[in-house]
Amino acid sequence: MAPVLQSSQPWVEKYRPKQVKDVAHQDEVVRVLTNTLETSNCPHMLFYGPPGTGKTTTALAIAHQLFGPEMYKSRVLELNASDDRGINVVRTKIKDFAAVAVGSGQRQGGYPCPPYKIIILDEADSMTEDAQNALRRTMETYSKVTRFFFICNYVSRIIEPLASRCAKFRFKPLSEEVMSSRILHICKEEGLNLDGEALSTLGSISQGDLRRAITYLQGAARLFGSTITSKDLINVSGVIPPEVVGALFAACRTGDFDVANKEVNNIIADGYPVSMLLSQLFDVIVEAEDILDEQKSRICKRLAEADKRLVDGADEYLQLLDVTSNVMRALCNMPEEFQYDS
Amino acid sequence: MLWVDKYRPKTLDQVIVHEDIAQNLKKLVAEQDCPHLLFYGPPGSGKKTLIMALLRQIFGPGAEKVKVENKNWKIDAGSRTIDLELTTLSSANHVELSPSDVGFQDRYVVQEVIKEMAKNRPIDTKGKRGFKVLVLNDVDKLSREAQHSLRRTMEKYSAFCRLFLCCNSSSRVTEAIRSRCLNVRINAPTEEQIVNVLDLIGKKEGLELPSGFATRIAEKSNRSLRRAILLFETCRVQQYPFTSNQAIPPMDWEEYVAEIASDIMKEQSPKRLFQVRGKLYELLINCIPPDIVLKRLLYELLKRLDAELKHEVCHWAAYYEHKMRLGQKAIFHLEAFVAKFMSIYKGFLIATFG
Repeated sequence: MAPVLQSSQPWVEKYRPKQVKDVAHQDEVVRVLTNTLETSNCPHMLFYGPPGTGKTTTALAIAHQLFGPEMYKSRVLELNASDDRGINVVRTKIKDFAAVAVGSGQRQGGYPCPPYKIIILDEADSMTEDAQNALRRTMETYSKVTRFFFICNYVSRIIEPLASRCAKFRFKPLSEEVMSSRILHICKEEGLNLDGEALSTLGSISQGDLRRAITYLQGAARLFGSTITSKDLINVSGVIPPEVVGALFAACRTGDFDVANKEVNNIIADGYPVSMLLSQLFDVIVEAEDILDEQKSRICKRLAEADKRLVDGADEYLQLLDVTSNVMRALCNMPEEFQYDS
Repeated sequence: MLWVDKYRPKTLDQVIVHEDIAQNLKKLVAEQDCPHLLFYGPPGSGKKTLIMALLRQIFGPGAEKVKVENKNWKIDAGSRTIDLELTTLSSANHVELSPSDVGFQDRYVVQEVIKEMAKNRPIDTKGKRGFKVLVLNDVDKLSREAQHSLRRTMEKYSAFCRLFLCCNSSSRVTEAIRSRCLNVRINAPTEEQIVNVLDLIGKKEGLELPSGFATRIAEKSNRSLRRAILLFETCRVQQYPFTSNQAIPPMDWEEYVAEIASDIMKEQSPKRLFQVRGKLYELLINCIPPDIVLKRLLYELLKRLDAELKHEVCHWAAYYEHKMRLGQKAIFHLEAFVAKFMSIYKGFLIATFG
């Protein structure tokens, strides 16, 4: 790779931990892998967990630490969803790579270099079931010379036979303290000023996703210079300001359809993402103290349905209007069943 | 040249509607570098204008010399090869395309074009600007697979290329992509802002605007600046000098939908449903997207209804729009909505008047 200007590198890449022991908050994995480094003994692995918790980072770090820069190319195959991974690739590319024998375990240049190769399958949950099935036998046949690392967000999308062949590790969403310490470290390195309020805002808007937190931080730093306030962070993160959600909720309380319709129109024209709005509205409704449980459950049912429809690609305006009208009817104790529906 | 293009701001400094965003973007690229960007906002709010101005800011006037190419890709997908054709707009430093145009095969385009760009890395004598920009339109229409394949590609080739993504609703862009970009929300201009722009154009064209005329156009425009300027130009062609009570021509398809709405309100019977079907077909063959037809129809119906019926009608509109998205033939669902509405309305009429 050609030399890259330091500044042109996203911070997410720049501060990606290079060593397994630097990976934050995932103690079990780190313990197992540190052990691996000492004994060079390693099972097949399955990493799963929400985005931005360090799955890819851990897998890449262990591969680098085991083989070092020179051997890395010949010993590690990294495949992700951007490479074609149909059943053909499993039958040819992966199998060929897995089948190659490797020399006995000799330490080379200070790296353990154990006598096996590693295949990292990133975003494995987007592999087809057929492709996963084709892997089953390959994994066993070549288990002497190859180790597989599966990385995915949803463990339920990995077929059971594959999952049972691996050591499973769940990556937890990062706690706020861990996140803060990591963020503060970056701030110190980059010479940024971040007050306590901004730090806690960053923690809450990124919801345990460190990559997102760092991206927001970099964005805010670029846009607003070295002193960052919590308002700047909300600005770059795309979180909807609480006033907007509040206004919609207040419009629902009035019980006047046209008022609510106007509010919905404004929200759409301002370009706020509706899926985000629904989740924030959900928070407001669940936490509201003056709404009966029955009303809450009625609203939540609709929210869930609207969310599913949005995922299917339905129109944002119509779904939001539907939700709003339902919230309004629940709050104003209008009957749930439609009157004229035959 | 249409006024929409003639008065499109060319540089970030000329932007007047989203001045704050433009200034922020300018700061963003001041160090000859920028992160991946995701622009989202309703149509006619100025996303594309900002992107073009930003490209000019980064690469200088060279970014405006674009050529249109019809590119062919031969993609080797294991057992078969796939031929894809896609129109791209490119300059020395950027490529722009709408991958969703090739339908379900968009995944291959995304992978190929980025990899190709990464191979031909531009070299600048000063060692700066060592990256290209890929502008992807309508990323919300990309298939799930294509969005997945963007994820790692974005990271892997981040040293060589930056992505500017552009879409209407960021709900349909996966979380994984959103978290890798700096999100820029472009809101629709307010009516005052539209009036200001129209006044400015009027002044540059040497036109006399009667008071309140620009305001009326702005009200008709649904907060879309593009539509406002087009309407303004239509008015200019229609009649000049302007009179203060000059009618602003509505879009003819909107008239047509309004007509359908009043048809439905007048009579609810299978015969009327049959007539309405003909009119809906008419709209569809004129390339009005079905979801827009449905939304407009809802808007027209809501205007004519009592408050108690509105909840019910908007619920069913949302329901059938969702079905339409999942299904294949839009006309079925449009018609189902009309039939549903007729049944509800008839029930309402019987209950009220006996």
